[in-house]
Amino acid sequence: MSDTGNRGVVWLGAPSFPDAAREALGTPQLRANLKRATGTIRDKRLAVASELGDWEDLRDTAAAIKQRTSRHLDYYLQQLEQSVTAAGGVVHWASDAADANRIVTALVQATGEREVVKIKSMATQEIGLNEHLAEAGITAYETDLAELIVQLGDDRPSHILVPAIHKNRTEIRDLFTAEMGQWGQAAPEDLTDDPRELAEAARRHLREKFLTAKVAVSGANFASADTGTVVVVESEGNGRMCLTLPDTLITVMGIEKVVPTFADLEVFLQLLPRSATGERMNPYTSTWTGTTDGDGPSAFHLVLLDNGRTDTLADTVGRQVLACIRCSACLNVCPVFERTGGHAYGSVYPGPIGAVLTPQLVGVENAATLPFASTLCGACYDACPVKINIPEVLTHLRAKTVEGKGRTAEALAMKAAATVLDSPRLLSAAQMAAAVGGRALARKGRIGRLPGPMRGWSDTRDTPAPPAESFRTWWRKNKEGDR
Amino acid sequence: MRIALFVTCFNDTMFPDTGRAVVSVLERLGHTVDFPQEQTCCGQMHFNTGYRPDAVPLVERFARTFASYDAVVTPSASCAGMVRENHPVLAEDYGPAALQRQVAELMPRVYEFTEFLTDVLDVTDVGARYPHKVAYHPTCHSLRGLRLGDRPERLLRAVKGLDLVDIPAADSCCGFGGTFAVKNADTSAAMLADKNAAVLDSGAEVLCAADNSCLMHIGGGLSRQGSVVRTVHLAEILAATEGATQ
Repeated sequence: MSDTGNRGVVWLGAPSFPDAAREALGTPQLRANLKRATGTIRDKRLAVASELGDWEDLRDTAAAIKQRTSRHLDYYLQQLEQSVTAAGGVVHWASDAADANRIVTALVQATGEREVVKIKSMATQEIGLNEHLAEAGITAYETDLAELIVQLGDDRPSHILVPAIHKNRTEIRDLFTAEMGQWGQAAPEDLTDDPRELAEAARRHLREKFLTAKVAVSGANFASADTGTVVVVESEGNGRMCLTLPDTLITVMGIEKVVPTFADLEVFLQLLPRSATGERMNPYTSTWTGTTDGDGPSAFHLVLLDNGRTDTLADTVGRQVLACIRCSACLNVCPVFERTGGHAYGSVYPGPIGAVLTPQLVGVENAATLPFASTLCGACYDACPVKINIPEVLTHLRAKTVEGKGRTAEALAMKAAATVLDSPRLLSAAQMAAAVGGRALARKGRIGRLPGPMRGWSDTRDTPAPPAESFRTWWRKNKEGDR
Repeated sequence: MRIALFVTCFNDTMFPDTGRAVVSVLERLGHTVDFPQEQTCCGQMHFNTGYRPDAVPLVERFARTFASYDAVVTPSASCAGMVRENHPVLAEDYGPAALQRQVAELMPRVYEFTEFLTDVLDVTDVGARYPHKVAYHPTCHSLRGLRLGDRPERLLRAVKGLDLVDIPAADSCCGFGGTFAVKNADTSAAMLADKNAAVLDSGAEVLCAADNSCLMHIGGGLSRQGSVVRTVHLAEILAATEGATQ
């Protein structure tokens, strides 16, 4: 196992989930932005998923392909390496974020270039590649519109698919006006918040980069082991620019992204766009197999990133999260994410999938509040196109978190509760004590303020006073004789 | 048929009326209900909070207590879900092989109350009368856990005098989530505020559900807001008759 400190993923110094959430909840603009954005995607997703008669079969098939791939991951990765190499690419193996950053930096340095254009990629967010390249004097330009917004704002992504979901278009207009000029072509002075004008400003700004960049860095949605074909799915065509114009292409891909065969893509390319953006098909699906003379980049490097994934694979319950295709459907249906936004999760992977992925990648002790950042409502499991049972993994990770913490006050209270609950006699006694205590606290049958850890609850909720007579007491008095 | 009521520790302590209502409905339908007094708790709080080993004795107790019954009926979708989904997990991870067999054998006979009425007894009209405007909140464990579907609504529609109204965005979680409401009280409160706004929007006088835990959460918020909307377990509505209505 590599040192979890070298894995990135979480933001250093980020507050615990409850604290970060409290801050986010105090920002009405953020809540309004999120509610509108997630609501729109949610409705679109439901519409395009329900129009396919075999949607459930597709989900089952995708889950089965991913399970099979996980079981034989070593085999498929070696096959992928052979296929990519045979097609003219070079494969690199990175055990953690530090390793991957070193490899990519050296590859860029070998070209002599000081600038790279980037395609939106979670893997490079995960390892903090941009920051690492900057330390080496290399500037990385994000070309995905939302990533550009995040980068210009010196901000952090808050959603897997829509990293700037926390910003509305007025905030984006202000950002473009203030920042674009410092990085390249400035935004027009009379820029309004009309989406078409914003897109046009971004187009002009980015076009300059596409036409000059010699090196591109991408992630990958899939790679088929049998052919060595790498796939990037996107909406804007900016990715296609990066994949075709520069001389050198460096792709950083989590090892779980491999699928056995090119034909398997048929399943995922139906599920991904419908689950992600609520579209039947995404506008741009780019596939490339090694290099082709006179067409596209002449050098292709594939960096295969572990960074905690083999540790995750070793967990028989937790490993199912490696099936994730980063569609974000779970984020968009999550009632917690809808209120708190993504930053509260303190990780590049927010929302329900982040709550089960992040703690596994960096160790539960380094993300201890995330498995608890859910009501276990199950909306994520229903929406997941590869059927990751997120509530199951959440409770599994809660158990691991608790195990690692030892004898806390909560653990002692739980132990005491378990003793009482395993004895009808003690339970009866506790019920009588609660009835007496509760009635002392109550006014008109309702308890307003509760002490200690229950204070947060009682800030906004009354609690009914326990009744004088429990069900079991009533039964003993009124029913037992009948039986 | 030997029917046992698993009232749940929460209902036993806080909402005994719900247990009485289940007994009353089943007796009205001509069945005898037993309440084995060795029963306590399904272990959901321990399981969901991460204290799995503490829940194992409760799994053993449940399997032992209810082994001899033809049907175990509980007025809680979340406790029914805990028993059916997670008792096998705990038995496999911590219990002896005998417990695994016992649990596996018992599971198919554990029913949430509305499932038992509609699927096993095959009734929708339980002879209730409740002349009120009622909204039904499909709790997460009813909707996505047990997949109760429209069973509760079918039962409610057959209640005489009852006017069933819809809640906007009914399928979204109320924000309770057991210890979530304590550990993440602020987020929980934000979810509750939206749920309660939807409940008030519906114009219902009474909100019902298959779980008193969620109802206590929603009702606690409504009460704090000074709302007159009451929360009542579905079983109590099905038990109500003309003379007994409030």
